[in-house]
Amino acid sequence: MSSVSIRKIRKSFAGLTVLDSVDMEIAPGEFIVILGPSGCGKSTLLNVIAGLDDCESGQIVIDAVDVSGLEPSQRGLAMVFQSYALFPAMTVRRNLSFGMEVAGTPKPTIVQKVDWVAKLLQIEALLDRKPGQLSGGQRQRVAIGRALVRSSSICLFDEPLSNLDAKLRAETRVELKQLHETLKSTMIYVTHDQIEAMTMADRVAVMHKGRVEQFAPPQSIYEKPASLFVAGFVGSPAMNLLEGSLDGAGRFLVGQRSIGSSAYPFEDPSTAGEAVLGIRCEDIDVVEPGSPDSIPAKLAFTELLGADALGWFDCLGKRMSVRLGVDAARSMRKEVGLRFDMAKASFFSASTERRL
Amino acid sequence: MTVVFFFGIVAVFFYGSIVWTGYMSLTRSTLMPNYNFVGFDQYIKLFTNHRWLVSCLNMVIFGVLYIVGTLAFGTLLAVFADRRIRAESLFRTIFLYPLAVSLIVTGLSWRWVLDPVNGLQGLVRGMGWENFTFDWLTDPDRAIYTLVIAGIWHSAGLIMVIILAGLRGVDEDLWKAIRMEGIPLWRAYLQVIFPGMRPVVASCVVLLMSDVIRGYDLVIAMTKGGPGIATEMPAKFAVDYYFARVNLGLASAASIAMLVLSLLLLAPYFYSEFRRRT
Repeated sequence: MSSVSIRKIRKSFAGLTVLDSVDMEIAPGEFIVILGPSGCGKSTLLNVIAGLDDCESGQIVIDAVDVSGLEPSQRGLAMVFQSYALFPAMTVRRNLSFGMEVAGTPKPTIVQKVDWVAKLLQIEALLDRKPGQLSGGQRQRVAIGRALVRSSSICLFDEPLSNLDAKLRAETRVELKQLHETLKSTMIYVTHDQIEAMTMADRVAVMHKGRVEQFAPPQSIYEKPASLFVAGFVGSPAMNLLEGSLDGAGRFLVGQRSIGSSAYPFEDPSTAGEAVLGIRCEDIDVVEPGSPDSIPAKLAFTELLGADALGWFDCLGKRMSVRLGVDAARSMRKEVGLRFDMAKASFFSASTERRL
Repeated sequence: MTVVFFFGIVAVFFYGSIVWTGYMSLTRSTLMPNYNFVGFDQYIKLFTNHRWLVSCLNMVIFGVLYIVGTLAFGTLLAVFADRRIRAESLFRTIFLYPLAVSLIVTGLSWRWVLDPVNGLQGLVRGMGWENFTFDWLTDPDRAIYTLVIAGIWHSAGLIMVIILAGLRGVDEDLWKAIRMEGIPLWRAYLQVIFPGMRPVVASCVVLLMSDVIRGYDLVIAMTKGGPGIATEMPAKFAVDYYFARVNLGLASAASIAMLVLSLLLLAPYFYSEFRRRT
């Protein structure tokens, strides 16, 4: 177990800022997911941590040692790549042992470690095959195995599951999570898949345009997004967003309507001005039209998702999603009222896009 | 219609010629074709002919050294280019240029350079090293190596370009993995990268092999098979017997022997390619 501390990492490429003063403190044994859309700098950040990419300024500190100037192989890290990057002409066994062989590890230790990892990942039967004879899922196991035999206390993952099909991805996700619990090593995992982030991470760092927008446990990322970007990026369906203004006296005005906002835990209740209200589909109740504190809405269509359903309503000039029971969705009337659970809602400043 | 036409041309002029040559090799033809069937007489004569056997041995010596040397030198150049040296495209052009020159010109240039009197030896002696000797071109035991040198100079650029294309196709993640494992560069190339490029290397070997088997013009331009018969090659043997010594039967037998040899050499390649597809 090792701690990683990322301090003020800055990198730009051809005038474009790729990483803009990224700071992150990672505790020993944590499973960190770096989440973001493509081009947000998440893979670059991982490469900088690994030492595969240079940064302009800033430090990478592992266990209180500044490793910024060290070669990737000297940083005590292991890494798993999206395209697996197995050594093509070597058997699985040799893929696992080659790094140790180069490092001059004694033979018995190599054999012992290869056996351990093969057993752990259930790839014993594949040891004498070449990567070309393996399926995508098997290759990924070998790639993870090659990272594990290094016995590093920190393991980096660069979108390791994105080349797998949906079913295999779900299975491997669970296995990785279990692996983390067994090994208790520090893991830093880059992905654009929010389900991976939500299910595996102890904490998620959401990145956007080279900045960390929010670094928090997945549930609070979901419930209390720190910025408009996080609100829109995390969650499926996306959070409902309504532009309006706060009057500073407990009302949120949208067009001719107003919604009571006093239940919302404002940092400063007297905040006024342009704002965006964000509300998740499960924090909206469907009520009789005209009920107190409700807003009239018109049902556009419903989607049945199996366990539950989504109702899509036209409300205040926006198309909004509401999570419904399957029975409720089937018998939904056209004209209804929507009531927002303001205690669970989010308000963002329209100018800074940060949470209020 | 056009397809049929072109297939017809191929059938008549390529395969037809092969069949006719095969037939000729079974006759006692001399200057003009003669259709008296004599079985494998010409082949027996061929394989008891000292000059033919020397030619074949020369081809093996030249072939092994040329293929290994060109691959090694071309690969080395490709690795340097792949390490993103400065002015890469300039060097690439320079090294590719010999290929644009006909083998006759290559041969002539090297004949001049290696000429003991007017070439390199003369130059160094002229600078004061009177005892300097580099007369491989006129040494019957070493003349074959001068062909190897000229051949490598000619083809290394092509191999460089092909190998470089292969290297540029290597997955960037693979290089990252190599750096993470701390594998030294030379081991990375020898044990990871090149073994993963087997089809590319195989294509290079096939290309070079075809050079070796049809090797004619370089010999003509540099040594004309000499000194003596020290640098004779099978293709030159066949041409000589067709036109200078007017022995159509023996020349045809030599040609067919070369065809069989090429097929034997190329068979493993086509076999492995075919097997991979299915």
